[in-house]
Amino acid sequence: MSDTRLSVLKTYKLYVGGKFPRSESGRVYEVSDSKGKWLANAPLSSRKDARDAVVAARKAFGGWSGATAYNRGQVLYRVAEMLEGRRDQFVREVGEAEGLSKSKSAAVVDATIDRWVWYAGWTDKIAQVVGGGNPVAGPFFNLSSPEPTGVVAVLAPQESSFLGLVSVLAPVIATGNTAIVVASEKSPLPALSLAEVLATSDVPGGVVNVLSGRTAEIATPLAAHQDVNAIDLAGADESLAKELEIAAADNLKRVLRPQPVDYAETPGIDRMTAFLETKTVWHPTGSLGASGSSY
Amino acid sequence: MASVFEYAPAPESRAIADIAPSYGLFIDGEFVEAADGKVFKTVSPSTEEVLSEVARAGSEDVDRAVKAARRAFEKWSALPGAERAKYLFRIARIVQERSRELAVLETLDNGKPIKETRDADLPLVAAHFFYYAGWADKLDHAGYGANPRPLGVAGQVIPWNFPLLMLAWKIAPALATGNTVVLKPAETTPLSALFFADICRQAGLPKGVVNILPGYGDAGAALVSHPDVNKVAFTGSTAVGKEIARTVAGTRKKVTLELGGKGANIVFDDAPVDQAVEGIVNGIFFNQGQVCCAGSRLLVQESIQEELLESLKRRLSTLRLGDPMDKNTDIGAINSEEQLTRITSLVEQGEAEGAERWSPACELPESGYWFAPTLFTNVTQAHRIARDEIFGPVLSVLTFRTPDEAVAKANNTPYGLSAGIWTEKGSRILAVANKLRAGVVWSNTFNKFDPTSPFGGYKESGFGREGGRHGLEAYLDV
Repeated sequence: MSDTRLSVLKTYKLYVGGKFPRSESGRVYEVSDSKGKWLANAPLSSRKDARDAVVAARKAFGGWSGATAYNRGQVLYRVAEMLEGRRDQFVREVGEAEGLSKSKSAAVVDATIDRWVWYAGWTDKIAQVVGGGNPVAGPFFNLSSPEPTGVVAVLAPQESSFLGLVSVLAPVIATGNTAIVVASEKSPLPALSLAEVLATSDVPGGVVNVLSGRTAEIATPLAAHQDVNAIDLAGADESLAKELEIAAADNLKRVLRPQPVDYAETPGIDRMTAFLETKTVWHPTGSLGASGSSY
Repeated sequence: MASVFEYAPAPESRAIADIAPSYGLFIDGEFVEAADGKVFKTVSPSTEEVLSEVARAGSEDVDRAVKAARRAFEKWSALPGAERAKYLFRIARIVQERSRELAVLETLDNGKPIKETRDADLPLVAAHFFYYAGWADKLDHAGYGANPRPLGVAGQVIPWNFPLLMLAWKIAPALATGNTVVLKPAETTPLSALFFADICRQAGLPKGVVNILPGYGDAGAALVSHPDVNKVAFTGSTAVGKEIARTVAGTRKKVTLELGGKGANIVFDDAPVDQAVEGIVNGIFFNQGQVCCAGSRLLVQESIQEELLESLKRRLSTLRLGDPMDKNTDIGAINSEEQLTRITSLVEQGEAEGAERWSPACELPESGYWFAPTLFTNVTQAHRIARDEIFGPVLSVLTFRTPDEAVAKANNTPYGLSAGIWTEKGSRILAVANKLRAGVVWSNTFNKFDPTSPFGGYKESGFGREGGRHGLEAYLDV
């Protein structure tokens, strides 16, 4: 008997509707580290997996968008708490995925945890920052409020597999949208492990759905899907982004085009406002009459 | 309906609008002919009389106008905001001074009643320029960071239903933020935009800051796809909006789209019936229903359907249809033969699908494009008249039993522009408004607009907002 214990490998799975299924296609693909060493087999999602994820995200939208902003903030903060407890795991996974030294990888993971905290604090502030009453010229009061766009497909950045991923996902769900995340094609493992954290952080099932596989294969049906309201193209290259933007026009999805982003920097509010609608509700104010004394 | 209370004619004088027999394109501060010499006629929809012959822009003209706007951009964007503001204040004041003339002109070219151009379109046009004038030197405080920069040349394509008002919605925020503009008015209503060009001259606006290109869809397409346009703003049909979204895919152009709608006007059983009836009439017959945010689906609670419809029909019988220049006219002409054909065809489909059609006794003038106010009952959600935007004076009536059902039916559309709620219960207003997926919700009122208030749609009604602080974002590099 050997004195080195054989470790237990993890079967990486998708995260859809709060459950951890394999790809319905039964396919996997090899994921290796930056030096080419095999790390795991990850699910190779199909267009059917993408459609299932849309159904799950739509089902979760009513509850999540209807939750109080305070509650969403608590849930996002809980994600940070859970991540902190699994910090070592993510330092290892991110280091392997992105070829970072332990200290650099630790810095990335710390920044990622802090990003959840940053967005947790935004949930109940964004409405005051981008909404408000309007001084209407007439006997009316109206109020413009931000509302989540709906189901958002998020193509996570290809290089920054964890900090980049959270930097594009957290702003989408902070405001009440639900998301289908397509993980970095080359480095999907941090995203698939994040799903395990989300599942234990009071994030309702279906609010975040994580798919791994070929970005173009999964993103194409998502961009064309009539029940997806918006798409973040962060993880698409130029030609794929154009193709997806054309497909997205069919039901006028809100499209966030790829742009250079330094994910280490503190973000602005752009990634939140990109997936917010503005609703203006008008009310007559009535009149107290000339004397002002009818009450 | 012959009645004891006949109205004597009260026509507004058309002499106040001096329409020239022909107009050019307005490029770089000058009226010029189209490069290929093409022209088209604009007619008065209420009489089919030719009002003027207008140069028709082609792609060469688009290129010329974009170049002029590009040349003007450097200086215009470098002007202190306070100076840009003063130009816009000047424009607002001149619009006010000339508002009677412009109201008459708009009514002649568009066919809508003078009552509406005089009391709605023109006051809103002036107010819009006033509002955005004030922003020009306050952009640092608009919430988009310090010193937000303009985008460059804005290509703007506007519809025929509110020609001058849509121009104001497009041009005022574009200029306030330091962009220059190439605007294409609709082919059936080019005149007020050309009169606006004259206002720009009177205001001393630098050449090339505003360029006006009357023309058809081909000119609009050339403008939208021009490589030196940085910003595309479009108001019009959802089909064209989707085409524009495809055209700009893969570019860096910023886009805002204000598209169609199929607004639900929801009347609960506790609503004040007379007020609701006025709101329903305003919602669907304002501007002959040629309004993207029209309340074209009436959702009435089943228990009051009979009473409400009786009142509504009685009210519709009192609407006066006819000469748009008459100050007593409620319902004017349909904007074009093409639009009349579309309305007629959808209404025929409504009948063919089994809905019940009703119109008040209503004599239509011999010449011009007219459609009587029309109401459909026995409408189901599957009917085309309940799904497609008709863009005409046609109301589809559906019923509901519970607030949840009302919300589900209201949201059962690919559009999401407007909705109305009629109830005396405050908490119900807030709960229902909260659930409606629409950019503008009117409670116990309808079709209210104000330059301070953002307007725009959810879903396939487009994206981006016009009006208010929100409207600045569309023209800033943020």
